[in-house]
Amino acid sequence: MLYDALIGPFTEFEFMRRALAAVIALSLAGAPIGVFLMLRRMSLVGDAMAHAILPGAAVGFLLSGLNLFAMTAGGLIAGFAVAILAGLVARSTGLKEDASLATFYLASLALGVTIVSIKGTNIDLLHVLFGNILAMDDQTLLVVAFNATVTLLVLAVIYRPLVIESVDPLFLRTVSRAGGPAHLAFLALVVINLVNGFQALGTLLAVGLMILPAGIARFWSRDLTVMICIAVVAAAVSGYAGLVLSFQTRVPSGPAIILVASALYTVSVLFGRVGGVVRQLFPGRHLEA
Amino acid sequence: MAALHFHNVTLGYDRHPAVHHLNGEVAPGALLAVIGPNGAGKSTLLRGIVGILRPLDGSIHLGGLDSRDIAYLPQSAEIDRSFPISVLDFVATGLWRGTGLFGGIGKAAREKILRAIASVGLNGFENRPIGTLSGGQMQRVLFARVLLQDARLIVLDEPFNAIDSKTTADLLALVKHWHGEGRTVLAALHDMEMVRTHFSETLVLARGPVAWGPTAEVLTPENLMVAMRMCEAFDDSAAACSADDARSRAA
Repeated sequence: MLYDALIGPFTEFEFMRRALAAVIALSLAGAPIGVFLMLRRMSLVGDAMAHAILPGAAVGFLLSGLNLFAMTAGGLIAGFAVAILAGLVARSTGLKEDASLATFYLASLALGVTIVSIKGTNIDLLHVLFGNILAMDDQTLLVVAFNATVTLLVLAVIYRPLVIESVDPLFLRTVSRAGGPAHLAFLALVVINLVNGFQALGTLLAVGLMILPAGIARFWSRDLTVMICIAVVAAAVSGYAGLVLSFQTRVPSGPAIILVASALYTVSVLFGRVGGVVRQLFPGRHLEA
Repeated sequence: MAALHFHNVTLGYDRHPAVHHLNGEVAPGALLAVIGPNGAGKSTLLRGIVGILRPLDGSIHLGGLDSRDIAYLPQSAEIDRSFPISVLDFVATGLWRGTGLFGGIGKAAREKILRAIASVGLNGFENRPIGTLSGGQMQRVLFARVLLQDARLIVLDEPFNAIDSKTTADLLALVKHWHGEGRTVLAALHDMEMVRTHFSETLVLARGPVAWGPTAEVLTPENLMVAMRMCEAFDDSAAACSADDARSRAA
């Protein structure tokens, strides 16, 4: 009975297996990126960038219909353009990165929706905005896995300067020139993972599997490494549970995954070991030293 | 060979000078205090030395030092204290010059880090997140990192601000230890008593140099009055500086 509910869908249907593989790949790469986004107070930047991907994906759609490959390529190009332009504007002028990104993403969101509605139907628009993880073909799955692999490799390379730049940017500037490149590489990784999430969850929810797991992890650990591990597990569990939920109740898969993640987040806010609400209300007697 | 050579240096922001036409040399191994009222350009000068700020005019020669041979402790470090990093890891970043992007931290390096933490009196704090430290403890951590940087030129921007006397004494002992090891140390300071008793050389700065030399000769009431009277002038419609033209005419 339990087997039928929890494992059956995946042994029985190939599209469920593909979806599960995709969601695990997304979790492995996206969650660590999300942790850094959160710690660098860039959660909303991630959200903004997700919208910035839209016009590129829309141009891909305009040229070749709902072809995920073309839309991915377009999204990557648009995302990189916005990330790098916004990063350069912020670095070379006094404008803060969030303000400069907001400008870029508002323009791109408007442009993207316009382009899609030139050719597409409302259903197409819905797919672009909310994704469709149950429609993964071999090619798309490979793209997702490839992007995840690249993300983990690059993250390993820039990990140290990225951490130092997050804690003490001025110090890194005095000892090394790695700060700027590491920052840009990180923004590139954000884009790659948003495009990845875009396949499964659409522009509006893509950032969900990055930020929500990071938020969850924050409530359970004070250690960066542990935090990243928790975030990955939380993302994978949300993905799996969301797929099962979606299969059993016919809730659309993308929103189901994000809803499960939100539920885990709520539990963490309430009962988390580090700064959870319950812990703060009933901290126990104070210590001796 | 001087450790630092200022050649007609003007440093500032948006073309407005904060340090105006500074000339001079700092000898290797010097222990130099930079004093002056708020807005005198002390921090600006130090930022220029470590290369964060490019001179508007003139040049600063580091006498063969690479910018990595400089350890810089800014006045208000932009440190994100909420970032989940332990004291040990944070201090370890001082080894960057040796480890770089990928270098591992072996047993010897670990010993070195622990010794640095111990020498600023923070034994037992190794695994504490930096967010749980007090202001004075954080300053000790920053000194431990400077210690690990093993730099030939050490630049400290008001390192004893808002620090109690016990911590100040401990950290000052470190500064004198560095001086004893032959490193060049520059510190922007406010405490005249401390400068008088511990620093051999002093630069009184008030945008331009008011006086520069042995502390006993430089730290006179007259010089301090001159520095105090220096107005914090920032004139939006200031004309382009003509000192350069005058100089070239004289030549």
